[in-house]
Amino acid sequence: MAQMSNAAVYASMLVYTLALFAFAASLAARRVPLAAKQPVLVGAGGPDQVKAAPEEEPGRRSGNIALSLTWLATGLLIVGFIFRGLAAERFPLGNMYEFSLGAAIAVALVYLVASTRTDLRWLGVWVVGAVLLTLGVAVTLLYTESAQLVPALKSWWLVIHVSAAAISGGAFTLSAGFIGAYLVRQRAEDRGRADSGLAARLPSAERLDALSYRTIAFVFPVWTFAVIAGAIWAENAWGRYWGWDPKETWAFITWVIYAGYLHARSTAGWKGRKAAIIGLIGFTAFLVNYFGVNFFATGLHSYSGV
Amino acid sequence: MTATIERPSRSRGPKLGVRGWLRWGWRSLTSMRTALILLLLLAIASIPGSVFPQRGTDPGRVQDYLTANPTLGPWLDRLGVFDVFASAWFAAVYLLLCISLIGCIIPRTAEFVRVVRRPPPPAPSRLSRMPAYAKVTGTAGALDIAEDFLRGNRWRVRRTDDAIAAEKGYLHEVGNLLFHLCFIFLLLAVAVGGLFGWSAKVIVVEGKGFTGSLTQFDSFRKGRLVDPDQIAPFSVVLEDFSATFQETGQQAGSPRQFNAKALVSQRPGSPQTEQAFSVNSPLSLDGVKVFLTGHGYAPEIRVTRADGTVIYDDAVVFLPRDGNLTSAGVVKVPDADPGLALTGLFLPTATIDPVQGPISTFPAARDPRLFLGAFTGDIPTGGSVYTLDTSNLDRIGSKALRPGESWELPDGTTVEFVGFRDFANLSLAHDPGRWLALIAAALVVLGVSMSLLLQRRRVWVRMRSGGDTVAEVAGLSRSGGGRVHDDVREISTLLAGTSTEN
Ligand code: HEM
Repeated sequence: MAQMSNAAVYASMLVYTLALFAFAASLAARRVPLAAKQPVLVGAGGPDQVKAAPEEEPGRRSGNIALSLTWLATGLLIVGFIFRGLAAERFPLGNMYEFSLGAAIAVALVYLVASTRTDLRWLGVWVVGAVLLTLGVAVTLLYTESAQLVPALKSWWLVIHVSAAAISGGAFTLSAGFIGAYLVRQRAEDRGRADSGLAARLPSAERLDALSYRTIAFVFPVWTFAVIAGAIWAENAWGRYWGWDPKETWAFITWVIYAGYLHARSTAGWKGRKAAIIGLIGFTAFLVNYFGVNFFATGLHSYSGV
Repeated sequence: MTATIERPSRSRGPKLGVRGWLRWGWRSLTSMRTALILLLLLAIASIPGSVFPQRGTDPGRVQDYLTANPTLGPWLDRLGVFDVFASAWFAAVYLLLCISLIGCIIPRTAEFVRVVRRPPPPAPSRLSRMPAYAKVTGTAGALDIAEDFLRGNRWRVRRTDDAIAAEKGYLHEVGNLLFHLCFIFLLLAVAVGGLFGWSAKVIVVEGKGFTGSLTQFDSFRKGRLVDPDQIAPFSVVLEDFSATFQETGQQAGSPRQFNAKALVSQRPGSPQTEQAFSVNSPLSLDGVKVFLTGHGYAPEIRVTRADGTVIYDDAVVFLPRDGNLTSAGVVKVPDADPGLALTGLFLPTATIDPVQGPISTFPAARDPRLFLGAFTGDIPTGGSVYTLDTSNLDRIGSKALRPGESWELPDGTTVEFVGFRDFANLSLAHDPGRWLALIAAALVVLGVSMSLLLQRRRVWVRMRSGGDTVAEVAGLSRSGGGRVHDDVREISTLLAGTSTEN
């Protein structure tokens, strides 16, 4: 069972790699005609104008192939994840390796679901790149044999907490992609150079800003819930719901920074670039929590097997 | 506070005066920009709390740090980096944030109540200036259709002769206010726990017990307003403890299950009940929860004088040194003459490692062994029960024992390794703010979800009479998100549809 899980994970990495190349090819070929910018009714949420673009838009085919490959790879990864759970006879989110698999699935699924609603093929390189990096770190540095859990980790609240954290991780990753693209595109638009280079391949700054906001508006409540579910678990295991151990501290920092992002968006003088940078800092805080704290700090949260 | 919640007065002269300055200060403090900066400061202020060891969670490592950095350490200590979350500067940031928050919520609530009481504001004269806008050819009945549609979708509608004004998503604002308010309650709950709560740690050997009194605890932390004599009067006897471990594989030796059973009595004289508990499933007493956090072994040792008098017979807690429960402990025998003390190493699964010496290779008792050293002399009384300063003592000898074996010392005293029992590390906690914290946290999640997933927006529909009947539809978002564009599109499609049908 555990071997089948590993095989599926490696197979998914192979397919993701192919998807990455296809996405890169698609992005390289892509041109967003400047004229396709924001007609009256295009705001966040509507049927996308880009979707209505003519069928022969460059890069469209390779983009579609890449999306299909990503679906396939994610399916394989989910199979690997499920086998991992069957092997250990428990929910497979009990150590950093398994959490990484879960987070990679979450990143991919959040992206794939979002791309059924709007055209996000241009973001594929970032998302699949992040998934591959996560999986690469997981199989090389974090791999632990499938096993039962130490007693403190046997709790439904923990499962809920970790699942919500993984979904948040997926959406944070997506938001960082939007924000990064926004910064690139905004700069180019300000300089009147939005018709060449990478910027020309990205949607308009206004739309990217809307996408960033919507992603973070979705994930902020999820992350809030994740942190609180973790606190409930901590209360059950150790008798205190909050103890400022490094993992908790960074979860709090991440939360506060994203709250800052939401405020900045409605504060005069902070909209746009500055808010975007706060959003990127929030993602960095999340990464510190995910990688840094697990490797460098010793707290109650240091999962078994790392 | 009420006097200070004033809305900006525009017609003030350049002279501010004291009241003017106060008002200016209050307004700056409660501005959105200040809130934002305070939030970012709060994040930055938390960072040292994860970089440096903290007294609250790990006092031992703080001491190590201070020893390792004798010059820098004390300075950092004075700055409070080892106690970040109790430091004055951290408190300053969050207290300012709270004040700002209160100063922000009150006027916003008042404003919201006013908005809810009034019907939606009438259509502005130039609808085409609105962020979402569409123009359709419709019929004279278009306004009725639009009104039906809007009311059917639970918009709040104000109809005038030639126009409709509608607003939706008040719950966005309710959620936002709820969230900000409950955040304050959450902080209050934390404060209640900090002032009125206490926590303690106890080590209990199987078969023994403890009561809710300070003398029985190994460590105790209490809030400022806790009377240490008023700790709950319960008593607990640990009847049974069992631990299982991963037997094979890479993670062999990892703990898998700890289960305990206790006889509990809430107060002296009340009936004893048996309760099972385990990690993540604490024992509940009146207002106090008992958590199982760890375990180890307590070898039973009996010391008998040459004349047959038993001078020591007890299970002694040995503290684990590693994951395989290589455990060390000390036995002081006060009734021996001359003084006798034993230092011991208990190995549940014993091996002699060529480098490290005697060491345990598995945490369960597969091949238990007790390595004892005996000392005589003037045994120091008091001090830690887990360590012995042997510098002024004479060493008598040492011996490795299996359960049931004895060791006869030169003066005829025998030391018997009778057997061993488990002990449990228990953590006791009383936090009267828990429920408030839980409720506030739940409302925080609810509020923030409402605030971010619902959108407050206005739409207007106006008929322009003239040659054709033209309906203008416009919308304005009053919160983040672009759902108002969908609304405008939907309404204009609806109206346009009626025109083609007729
Ligand atoms: C404890 C610190 C605070 C946290 C964690 C926090 C968090 C948030 C969050 C997550 C939102 C997003 C909701 C949304 O966009 O609809 C928000 C909105 C808002 N906050 Fe705060 N906030 C805090 C303090 C404050 C303070 C002190 C003020 C007053 C100056 C304030 C005023 C506002 C306003 C006016 C909005 C609405 C903005 C909008 O609708 O776009 N907040 N806050």
